[in-house]
Amino acid sequence: MARKSFRQAVNEAIRQEMARDPRVIVMGEDIAGGMGAPGEDDAWGGPLGVTKGLMPQFGRERVLDTPITESGFIGAAAGAALTGLRPVADLMFVDFMGVCFDQIFNQAAKFKYMFGGKARTPLVIRTMYGAGFRAASQHSQCLYPLFTHVPGLKVVIPSSPYEAKGLMIEAIRDDDPVIFFEHKMLYDVEDEVPDEPYTLPFGEANLTREGDDATIVAFGRMVMLANEAADQLGAQGISCTVIDPRTTSPLDIETILEEVRATGRLVVVDEASPRCNMASDIAAQVAERAFEALKAPIRRVSPPHTPVPFSPALEDLYLPDVEKIISAVRAVMAAGGRKAA
Amino acid sequence: MAGLRALVMPKMGLAMTEGMVAAWRKAPGEPVAAGEEVADIETSKITAGYESPAAGSLRRQVVKPGVMVPVGTLIGVIADGTADDAEIDAFIAAQHAAFVPAAEAASAPAPARVATEIGPIQVLEAGPEDAPPLVLIHGFGGDLNNWLFLQPLLAARFHTFAIDLPGHGGSTKTLPGGNFAALARAVAAFLRARGIGPAHLVGHSLGGAVALMLAPESLSLSLISPAGLGPEINMDYIGGFIAARRAREMQAVLAMLFADPALIGRDMVEGVLRYKRLDGVAAALQAIAAANFANGRQNTSLRATLAAIRVPTLVAWGEADRIIPAAHADALSPSVRVVRFPETGHMAHMERAADLARHIIGIADA
Repeated sequence: MARKSFRQAVNEAIRQEMARDPRVIVMGEDIAGGMGAPGEDDAWGGPLGVTKGLMPQFGRERVLDTPITESGFIGAAAGAALTGLRPVADLMFVDFMGVCFDQIFNQAAKFKYMFGGKARTPLVIRTMYGAGFRAASQHSQCLYPLFTHVPGLKVVIPSSPYEAKGLMIEAIRDDDPVIFFEHKMLYDVEDEVPDEPYTLPFGEANLTREGDDATIVAFGRMVMLANEAADQLGAQGISCTVIDPRTTSPLDIETILEEVRATGRLVVVDEASPRCNMASDIAAQVAERAFEALKAPIRRVSPPHTPVPFSPALEDLYLPDVEKIISAVRAVMAAGGRKAA
Repeated sequence: MAGLRALVMPKMGLAMTEGMVAAWRKAPGEPVAAGEEVADIETSKITAGYESPAAGSLRRQVVKPGVMVPVGTLIGVIADGTADDAEIDAFIAAQHAAFVPAAEAASAPAPARVATEIGPIQVLEAGPEDAPPLVLIHGFGGDLNNWLFLQPLLAARFHTFAIDLPGHGGSTKTLPGGNFAALARAVAAFLRARGIGPAHLVGHSLGGAVALMLAPESLSLSLISPAGLGPEINMDYIGGFIAARRAREMQAVLAMLFADPALIGRDMVEGVLRYKRLDGVAAALQAIAAANFANGRQNTSLRATLAAIRVPTLVAWGEADRIIPAAHADALSPSVRVVRFPETGHMAHMERAADLARHIIGIADA
């Protein structure tokens, strides 16, 4: 076992599945790069180098650089999946997904239902999301709630290199379309990652901290911040459970309800815009099913409802951070009832 | 300062870089015998007793319970009766001044993978290369880390090899077969590949049965709660270990291993879950369970094998073992040395490492 970055973990997962299963192919813009330019093969490996090395190992037949036309190659990937291949398509930034909504929402997500359960669509769409990269409003959004909203899609948001590898292998082996979200700010984060292939099941939340006073649910990069907040609060005598749902569709709401019933307090940290995001969805489900357990109103930590600012100072202000999570936990501790005995 | 001995935060296992005193067992000024436990040390993986390296009295508790400190930090001072407070203050100041936190990981020995005819076998070696070889074989679902307390104690006398069985840890997940004999052939293949001749063998549970199959090639045999000496086996443990997917389920299963389940830390549970998620592990565990524990009973008896062997043999058992009953140590051949540990579960090598190490060295010298 060795320390590997999030980038290496995703690369290793795809590489091992390509080696294991000849049906796995990779496609997208510049995922190898240098096509047609002598001496420049594998120049890019994707915009941030995640797929580097796959083309030299598996060849242009299985690692396909596509034109800059998301509507075209995502549609092609969905069709390839229907024919029995297992494509991993790289959509670069989730912000660009809008041009191929029909291929995803109406085609890939619906094939199984429209064809009476006879069609399988083992498609993975990898995509980058999230702010903090100084990339402004068209390259910084967290659009996973849109995809969570659509029945027929699975939505995966790994929070660490270990999670990334296990969830990517699970995604490639899954027979339904999976949208796989990679936060740009996590690529250089390192973690112990086994060399051997392994899978993490979808719809099983992971408790990264266990405590008695409050429950924090967080997604993707926010899990790291929630852990840090929980550690700081722990040193001040407030112990928190931190839940990383790992996938928003399916969502392990049972684990969230169980922990909320144990602590009586809930904070949900979600980097997505605040209207109709995962935090509002979870708050609604908990209010509906565990209201009697709540000792304080649920708090959501999300950015304001505005495009991601380009100004670095404003972008930092926009994002949820450790301080904002700590003050939300303090607010649920102060509101209503007593501290749990 | 001849009568002063430093108690320092021990390094329990490769990955440990820091730990805390969970509780002091001795009050300041209280007499302590050499080998007597003075404190409980807690890491993220496990809590274990800390034995005094010398006789005297615990003159100082330098570190308060619950404070995380790096490995090697001075945590207390043992002294004979003659040292005065000023001497002890000076000793503590000198210890603090001299303390350099160990360079992490870089200096720690790392496990290696040895290519064998049945696939790669992972091994962690410790001890002098010219010392007699001693091989540690873990149990069902375990790995070489199970020996984290015992291996350092034995490495003072032996060239120790803690291995991962096929289907386990960092070894091949393809089994050469799931029964005792097939696993024993795998260990024999490792011994040949690594060039190890006759060795002292230490086996736990399933690994005990495997060691017993290899007895003719061994120098001595130490079996800890071994499989193969009776029909009973706790299938709630075996089945639960295979089935558990979440931390709390696994925690409840692992709790059956120890007389005091509070010893199990979060990292131990997470480590087992991570192992179980590796490709091939579920199939390997099921194959081993099916080959040895079909119908909820152990279906291979090695009592006759044990009675026939000629090498010095120790059988050690925790009286509170909830996986394989300690009664399996009854009525063994008189040539077998039997040791029973009170208030100890299935994991005597973790729960009673120091006592067990003395017995293993004793049988190896017999």
